[in-house]
Amino acid sequence: MNTTDINYSKTGKSRPPPANTVGLIGWVRTNLFNGLLNTCLTFISCYLLWLIIPPLLDWAIFNADFTGNVGRECTTDGACWAWLDQRIEQFLYGFYPAGSYWRVNLAILLLFPALAYVLFENLPFSNYGRWYSLAYPFLAAFLLVGGFGLEGITTDKFGGFMLNLVAGLSGIIFSLPIGILLALGRRSKLPAVRLLSVTFIEFIRGVPLITLLFVAIIILQLFLPPNVSVDQLVRVMIMITLFASAYMAEVIRGGLQAIPNGQYEAAQAMGLGYWQSMRLIILPQALKISIPGIVNTFIGLFKDTTLVIIIGLFDILGQARVLQTNPDWMGKVDHETYLLAAIFFFVICFSISRYSINLEKRLDTNRD
Amino acid sequence: MKYKLLGTLVATAAIACVSIASAGTLDDVKKRGHLKCAINTGLPGFAYTDDKGNWTGFDVAYCRALAAAVLGDPNKVKYKNTTGKTRFPTLASGEVDVLSRNTTWTLSRDVDLGFTFLGVSYYDGQGFIGRKSLGVKSAKDLDGASVCIQTGTTTELNLADFFRSNNIKYEPVPIETNSEARAGYLAERCDVYTTDASGLAATKSTFKDASKHMVFPEIISKEPLGPLVRQGDDQWADIGRWVLNSLIIAEELNITKANVSAKANGTKNPEVNRLLGTEGSIGKMLGLDPKWAVRAISAHGNYSEIFEKFIGKNTPLGLARGQNALYNKGGILYAPPVR
Repeated sequence: MNTTDINYSKTGKSRPPPANTVGLIGWVRTNLFNGLLNTCLTFISCYLLWLIIPPLLDWAIFNADFTGNVGRECTTDGACWAWLDQRIEQFLYGFYPAGSYWRVNLAILLLFPALAYVLFENLPFSNYGRWYSLAYPFLAAFLLVGGFGLEGITTDKFGGFMLNLVAGLSGIIFSLPIGILLALGRRSKLPAVRLLSVTFIEFIRGVPLITLLFVAIIILQLFLPPNVSVDQLVRVMIMITLFASAYMAEVIRGGLQAIPNGQYEAAQAMGLGYWQSMRLIILPQALKISIPGIVNTFIGLFKDTTLVIIIGLFDILGQARVLQTNPDWMGKVDHETYLLAAIFFFVICFSISRYSINLEKRLDTNRD
Repeated sequence: MKYKLLGTLVATAAIACVSIASAGTLDDVKKRGHLKCAINTGLPGFAYTDDKGNWTGFDVAYCRALAAAVLGDPNKVKYKNTTGKTRFPTLASGEVDVLSRNTTWTLSRDVDLGFTFLGVSYYDGQGFIGRKSLGVKSAKDLDGASVCIQTGTTTELNLADFFRSNNIKYEPVPIETNSEARAGYLAERCDVYTTDASGLAATKSTFKDASKHMVFPEIISKEPLGPLVRQGDDQWADIGRWVLNSLIIAEELNITKANVSAKANGTKNPEVNRLLGTEGSIGKMLGLDPKWAVRAISAHGNYSEIFEKFIGKNTPLGLARGQNALYNKGGILYAPPVR
């Protein structure tokens, strides 16, 4: 034992860990090169990335064309981004009148506090905030559609990524409560309620979404009186919501079944009624377990909104296809437009999934 | 296939239900103040959006001419975009007044589905494009080839007929839209790609190495494309038919977008005068005012002007008039006289 060791023990300080187990080098050693297999995999992955990334960057950025008014002016081998300049608004807002883009922007801006009050605790004014979140869907609908002094804009003008957001968010907001009710209904002791819930869930799950949309758009019209017409977008939103609710119900039922019987009995022993025991004891636990499944359904629902193309609405994917058929751009923008749509979807879906991981950690009450 | 069947069923059911309510489309349109016109979800030259997001193209021009004739303003149109599967149910259910979406006039659509075709706005025919490296010179040598094809169209049926009658086998690769079919062909998901000849020309013009591909000489079908309406409202069908005819007659009589307003004040040619409403009373017969044709022609000009603007030689599609030239210029375009 040399003197420095003694000094450390005297002063009560611990020695710094060896340099090769901490910091960047330590991370690389433990995560990338711990063992023969992982070392091989690391090298193979690096080689694959080297094969893919440089040509992709060359295509997407370094060799790309960024200027021009028509596709013919894109002459390099790389991507043709010249259309972004004149078309990006259509990809974002669809056919919404250009003078009213601020209404969409404002609606999206107001969405953040509304979401924040639902998603995060400990925010200032949270009593009022909750009410604001409840009122938000109506506020957004007013901003987007107009009325009461604002210029009215029909929903067939909706399009682009805004349409995905509108259809996706409304589906997400409404499918969760409906799904919870259906899940409870399916486990209810009342035969009528149970039968109704089971029939609904099994019917909706047994039919492809595209068929439901088709029914909503074409067949519904035949049964309604000639003067009555429900707005197309509303029909689509209802169908997407119902579709997601059926899946949501099954996800939540999974959560309900995972709660031990003791919890139900304990709730009864406390003298709580059905709704009280559900609200205070069962659902908080069941929903927590179901988070991954719920988020999975949300993400699926959000991506399903691209199906609106079959009823002639142009979401961001529809706008991509329309641009591909414009004679000026035809054949030049196939990959680029799809890439843009993919980026938009990835950003939203990835954020949802990150938030759900955060939520799971926060609600983790396991104390073992 | 499943959806096509569904579409047909729905269309048939729809006819049964709406045939009662279909009288008086003209009044409905006037009362509503805009025309509801079903168009494609996107087809080069025929229906696409400009950089302001407005729909434009050869098929759209007809909707605009019709709106101009009936309502006095070519902009009073609401477009409803339909796919190959949704177009017929959409028209049948009464959600639109007219369908102008490169639709082939066939007996079963005319009779069984209960639509009335208003005429032919474009004579097309189905062909094939393939890679030269296949070493095939004719579509009849395509035994065992995989074929990219758009679903829910007559193209699909023609293809089956052609291969069956020539006793050769093929493997269909069904694809939903035209642009995806093109992408599929370029990605070598199939050996050949088949669609209407106009579409093939447009598609080929976008290839980087067009010389490596060839359009086979066979045209395997007749594809007369035109607008259509629901059966049961003859007045509305007459209006639609004669708006289309008026554009063709205008080309015959050299009435253009530029000179139509001058000629509308009266000319020495009695046929021009009848069409433009300074003589006779054809407007009244149709249930419109005398200047209906003037407005229809003012929207985008006569047939030739519309053709050249959206799909003709100087556009990226670069289509020749071919069969679509007037009957007295080597084509088969022939409109009955205005009398």
